[in-house]
Amino acid sequence: MTVRDVAPPTAALGAEPAFVVRLDAFAGPLDLLLHLLREEQIEIADIPIARICDQFLQAIHELGLNQAADYLEMASRLVRLKVQMLLPRNLDDEGWEDPRAELVRRLLEYQQIREIAQWLGSAAERRSERLARGYLPAPPEQPPMPLTLDLMEMLQAVERVIAAIPVPVLHRVVARPLDVEGAMRRIEALLEAREEIGWLDALGPTPAIADLLSVLLALLELARRGALVLRQPAPFAPMVIARESTRPTL
Amino acid sequence: MNPLAQLCEAALFSAARPLTVEELATLDPDTALPDVRAALEELREHYDFDQHGVELVELAGGYQVLSRPLHAAAIERAQFSVRGTRLTPAALETLAVIAYRQPVGRAEIEEIRGVSAGGVLRSLQERGLIEVVGRSEALGRPLLYGTAPLFLELLGLRDLTDLPKAEELTVALQPHRPEAEGPDDAEAYVPAES
Repeated sequence: MTVRDVAPPTAALGAEPAFVVRLDAFAGPLDLLLHLLREEQIEIADIPIARICDQFLQAIHELGLNQAADYLEMASRLVRLKVQMLLPRNLDDEGWEDPRAELVRRLLEYQQIREIAQWLGSAAERRSERLARGYLPAPPEQPPMPLTLDLMEMLQAVERVIAAIPVPVLHRVVARPLDVEGAMRRIEALLEAREEIGWLDALGPTPAIADLLSVLLALLELARRGALVLRQPAPFAPMVIARESTRPTL
Repeated sequence: MNPLAQLCEAALFSAARPLTVEELATLDPDTALPDVRAALEELREHYDFDQHGVELVELAGGYQVLSRPLHAAAIERAQFSVRGTRLTPAALETLAVIAYRQPVGRAEIEEIRGVSAGGVLRSLQERGLIEVVGRSEALGRPLLYGTAPLFLELLGLRDLTDLPKAEELTVALQPHRPEAEGPDDAEAYVPAES
């Protein structure tokens, strides 16, 4: 496998008129490779890589890039094998593995698949000689029949439909006017009695949200008018409401 | 002909696909499977003995009444029926890989055929010849394909054991490719073929 693997000049190949390969006639790179081997009457187990590699490259030369993807992978593989075969080795090297083994395995495997495919093809051919009963495709779906029903049936149907409607969940919004005036009066009355009151004193015993908002607005309004002073001694401490006159003079 | 054979004949005539013995047994509640088999045998002999234009064919795990090959050409010429479209070489190769390696993923099919297989797989699946039978545990959990019942029907096979055996092929079949596990794998191939 040393002498034979020396590549013949590639240019000579193009000159051979017999070497015409139509790639669309091939199922892929392995098919093309098998074809090349058959042409040369070469044993698959002992492929002259260099020669086959050159022929392969020659054959895919014409390919468009899209078609070529599958073939280029094989081409690069062949080039690599060609290089590996050129490396010198000792003849008594026991550990030497033929770099072509993987390619040979794939070719044999593919050849076998081809054989099975051929068998399947002829089985399908034999089967197609026997015709099954022709049958019509299912007719297209018919439009629904016109309805026939009396008034009672229809009313019952309407009732069933209405009964099936879930009770709508309505949210009734009730206006609860804020009693800002009242809250202001109450705060003023409290401040009449005491100089300082707490936020909770102003709020009253069991305040609803409306009361709370009323008191808040009342306090802000009174503060704006200057009738009282709002003070918070420390961050997050309860607010102190004081009469205007008690404002410390700064 | 015995009444059960007549009933089976009527059922096979009216069905658009092969019927199994089990399915035919549901025609009559008092019928056991051996009775159906005997009836089918009688029907087959009847067709053969009287030289009918149709015959009883066992395929895809069931039975179907099909016209004899002799008449196909004349029927087609008269355009009473048409053969199905032929499978392309690529489709046949892909089916061959799937039939012998199932369940098998797309990557292995492409590896064996040396070309991308996406388009062929899609059209085979659309024609109902193959189906997804699971997912591989490998990275990305790729789909695994197997042959569908229609595959047997289209090829006129009774079941997958009708496919040629490994030893019947010129090239010896490696049912499960060794996955580069031991050092002796590489050698196992080369001397075997020399």
